[in-house]
Amino acid sequence: MDRRTTLKWVMAAAAAVPGLNGRAWGAVAPEANAASDARAAGLAADRAAGYGTDPDLSRVYHPGELWPLTLSAAERRTATVLCDLILPADERSPSASSVGVVDFLDEWVSAPYPQQQADRPILLAGLKWLDDESARRFATTFAALDEAGQRAICDDICHEQTAAAAFAEAAHFFARYRDLTAGGFYTTPEGRRDIGYVGNVPQATFEGPPLELLRMVGLAE
Amino acid sequence: MPFITASTLAPDYDVIVVGSGAGGGQTAYTLCMEGARVLMLEAGRTYRPEIETPMFQTPEEAPLRGAGTPDKAWDFYDATVDGGWELAGEPYVQGSPGAGGDFRWWRARMMGGRTNHWGRVSLRAGPYDFKPYSRDGLGFDWPIGYEDVAPYYDKVERLIGVYGTSEGLENTPDSPPGCLLPPPAALVSDLLIRQRAQRVGVPVIPGHRAVLTRPLDWKNSPGILHPGNLAAQRIIAADMQRRAACLWATPCGRGCSIRANYQSTTVHLPPALITGRLDILTDAMVSQVVMGSSGRASGVRFFDKRAGTEHQARGRVVVLAASACETVRILLNSTSASFPNGLANSSGKVGRYLMDSVGSSLGGQVPLLEGLPPQNEDGASGDAVYAPWWMYREQHAGRLDFARGYHIEISGGRRMPGVDTMKGTEWLTGGSYGRRFKADARRFYGSFVHFYGRGEMIPNEHSYCDIDPRVKDRMGIPVLRFHWRWSDHETRQAAHMQKTFADIIDALGGRTQNPAPADGAKAISTGGSIIHEVGGAIMGADSRTSVTNSWGQTWDVKNLFITDGAVFASNADKNPTLTIMALAWRSADHILAALRRREL
Repeated sequence: MDRRTTLKWVMAAAAAVPGLNGRAWGAVAPEANAASDARAAGLAADRAAGYGTDPDLSRVYHPGELWPLTLSAAERRTATVLCDLILPADERSPSASSVGVVDFLDEWVSAPYPQQQADRPILLAGLKWLDDESARRFATTFAALDEAGQRAICDDICHEQTAAAAFAEAAHFFARYRDLTAGGFYTTPEGRRDIGYVGNVPQATFEGPPLELLRMVGLAE
Repeated sequence: MPFITASTLAPDYDVIVVGSGAGGGQTAYTLCMEGARVLMLEAGRTYRPEIETPMFQTPEEAPLRGAGTPDKAWDFYDATVDGGWELAGEPYVQGSPGAGGDFRWWRARMMGGRTNHWGRVSLRAGPYDFKPYSRDGLGFDWPIGYEDVAPYYDKVERLIGVYGTSEGLENTPDSPPGCLLPPPAALVSDLLIRQRAQRVGVPVIPGHRAVLTRPLDWKNSPGILHPGNLAAQRIIAADMQRRAACLWATPCGRGCSIRANYQSTTVHLPPALITGRLDILTDAMVSQVVMGSSGRASGVRFFDKRAGTEHQARGRVVVLAASACETVRILLNSTSASFPNGLANSSGKVGRYLMDSVGSSLGGQVPLLEGLPPQNEDGASGDAVYAPWWMYREQHAGRLDFARGYHIEISGGRRMPGVDTMKGTEWLTGGSYGRRFKADARRFYGSFVHFYGRGEMIPNEHSYCDIDPRVKDRMGIPVLRFHWRWSDHETRQAAHMQKTFADIIDALGGRTQNPAPADGAKAISTGGSIIHEVGGAIMGADSRTSVTNSWGQTWDVKNLFITDGAVFASNADKNPTLTIMALAWRSADHILAALRRREL
């Protein structure tokens, strides 16, 4: 992080004392401790900390360059495990964490924009909930659990519509986390290959669907 | 020296054009090619698509995987710079907030304006669309008919390059041979939709978009565009050859460095600059039209946004093409003893009859399209097909509960995955994660279709903009206050759209996550959000009820013209940009003839 970014960061954090700037943070989970409350509030940065309305479109950006990443080591451990439960390595593609999805999630929850600021407390509270739930059921952290234990917890929260009322918030977190994990994964070369996106290459002509494809959907004999 | 600064302005110009988008670009092009000396003022920075366009960048190279933010509202790689729904230091005010009364205003402070980003859908308005009052007693007739505009649609299509077909459908005009380029191949989802929509009575035909599916006809078109003007013919013939045809990759919304689609910055401005008669001054925010002696405009007052200084430019003719609402703002802020209520506003109609398109959309998932083998479906980046309004007869016979039509824009296919790919798919996956979720992603990707209705709004007395009495922008220029209300015609139309989309999805054997809303007020877009805002200085046959005559010439000030969407007397379902350009060319021809006759 360069000095300019640091300064912007410090000023943005100072300007974002809850109650002074009028921003509402929504529901931060009640069990969240004071430190993470403060960290959440500190991220209510103003737009000056973003990339602005005329960013350089030609360069490659990496998480952490435009604004500091903010997940703690423990949160990243939990995030990594959850990413790979959602998108594990298989015969077609690597796992989500191995192609930078955790860095992307960290970039996302650390970003100074409204959508990301709205997602931040959901994700932070959810990661904490996973550890709390693991401690309650198995007396250990989520990351330290074996996969069967991890899946036992995920199975309770992986479907918002059918999750028990007690798991409603956690299920909401899981849905959002899975959305973002998939978003991070399928926007990598490995993810595009896996899902079967084969475009973004210049072509002299565009021929449209081959006969075989038309047959498959009943548009040709 | 085409790009100038406030200190290198010429003392005088034939014509000052305010704005560099579709209206300003076309106006300046026509004027310069036919001999006039033009100053173009643009409120944003200069913009060079040939070097600035992110043609093949992929989301993992962008912050937040390219997700839209308030800084870049569509996505990171969208062509728009210094634009958005809100601009820092340049606010606007909601005059009727809440309950369908909001208005959203998309602005792009950059050379070429919103043409850099736009969807490129280029539909001709038809004969009914210029005479809507005569047809159903609502709204206003234009003082011109389709036959007056048709020759200019021909010219614009030849100049900018529009693909599409002539299908001989009601109020969906054919183009003469040689005007249109062939449409791109349809995707398998397009073809399936065409087959199934037919079963519920909705015709699906090739779309019309400003994308070069093959090189322009540089041998024949120059002589047709500029008859008897060999210099202009040479310039445009050479420039047409410098525009490449589509390479079937990268979304048009990013702009196009090979100039394969229409942007003012790649199509109108380069040849106009080559004439040597166009000066472009960027970062110049026009605040007022300046009046001279004997009721004529003498030029404009503007702020140099970089220096923070105020200047004037002088011209024999002033053309406002700043976008409908910005043009209204300039007029209403140009007050004087003779025009206490704003310039060219003796009718009291400046700012009135603001219109947008009715928008409503529905997406569905189609099992028939699941798990198909990978295909490159980038194509011309969308709208290979569309459904023009098909119920003119039923509507005219009074069998529908809304008065005007809509068309349907259609999307599907295996688009480049973005941060929302697989978002909100629990209703399909049952909440899968792990290996099963990966399999689900492969299965469902490419099986989604979306239908976007774009419908005609009838002008009403409750939808308008005026000057807020208190708020000023950072340059001290008073800002617009918007008032908005949809009528039952629009909300019922939105409900009809939803029913139609649901019927088509049903005919596809598809499913939607939630039932299509039956309440049109819930289904309709926020005013302004379709970015088809027109009106505010409508043309008419009577100076008491309109702001300009049929040439876009203001009734009150003879040498003041408007060539953007502000002059629209109605807002047909056909996206307005092609019509803005056709009318601008027509107005420019009129200005040229009047200049030659020394009447201006």
